[in-house]
Amino acid sequence: MKRLFYALPVLLALGLGVLFVWGLNPNRDPNAVPSVLISQQVPEFDLPAVGGMDVPGLAASDLVGSGELTLLNVFASWCVPCRAEHGVLTSFVEKDGLRLVGLNYKDRAESAAAFLDELGNPYARIGHDFSGRTAIEWGVTGVPETFIISPTGVVLYRFAGPIVGATAVDEFNAALDQARARIRQ
Amino acid sequence: MLLRHILVGLLLVATPALAVEPDEVLDDPVLEERARLISAEVRCVVCQNEPIDSSNAGVARDLRLLIRERLLAGDTDREVFDYLVARYGDYVLFRPPLRPETYALWIGPFVILSIGLVGVVALLRRRPGRIQESDVALSAEEEAAFERIAKRKDTAE
Repeated sequence: MKRLFYALPVLLALGLGVLFVWGLNPNRDPNAVPSVLISQQVPEFDLPAVGGMDVPGLAASDLVGSGELTLLNVFASWCVPCRAEHGVLTSFVEKDGLRLVGLNYKDRAESAAAFLDELGNPYARIGHDFSGRTAIEWGVTGVPETFIISPTGVVLYRFAGPIVGATAVDEFNAALDQARARIRQ
Repeated sequence: MLLRHILVGLLLVATPALAVEPDEVLDDPVLEERARLISAEVRCVVCQNEPIDSSNAGVARDLRLLIRERLLAGDTDREVFDYLVARYGDYVLFRPPLRPETYALWIGPFVILSIGLVGVVALLRRRPGRIQESDVALSAEEEAAFERIAKRKDTAE
């Protein structure tokens, strides 16, 4: 009993040490808010097209029964990281043949159109969410965010932040592989 | 002197920072009060230590407007919170709900406190008892030797 008592400070120090090592992990983001939508059906919404653009609008029905994995990207012309990840998204569409739809968040139609004119348009459909209310339905906390959606309209994965840099791209690709494996089952 | 008094007076009536803008305020004061109380308990998902009541973030304003909309539609406070949690998760509440996943969060501090108290009590109990007379009393020989030394000191002075 006495030995246990003397061992207590050492055990406590070890326990705290493990806790601190876990906390110091550089890959851990304490501000990350996990998405509640994972494994849920996509929320109901119906957005008009961005005025002046040739691309059709986006509704929940476009995401259900599409027959393929869909990426939904929340973006805005005023969002600098969105510019940075644009190339990555384009390569997903062109190289991997993925279907990409966009949610234009709190953006003026002219600005969004100019943004896509300049960088190219990889989006098959774009919903114009001027008020930001649809983004709240999706639990969006900032731009950009990208969701992986199954062919049946189930949200499989949410990536918050720009898919830029080797770590982020690898992480997203791993999630894509997992998603592909899941729908094959 | 007067200036100083005025300055102190102004500082005393300064109110806490509010982010609610005039165009958000509802006409019905009861609903507006409910909206403010609810907003004070909802965490801004961007500036995560602030309630949306005092956050200047765009999302915070959207959520404030959303809450007022839900209240106008007749939701109870509980329903408004559930609406937000359904979209953002428990994290959006400042007061985490008491659920099996959060038992550790709620009960943990009390457990650690009890361990600490047990440790302190055990430590206090182990202290030696009061000093007994028999432990420190001198034996007869030691008493005699002491007398001799004391006398020698007296005569020396």
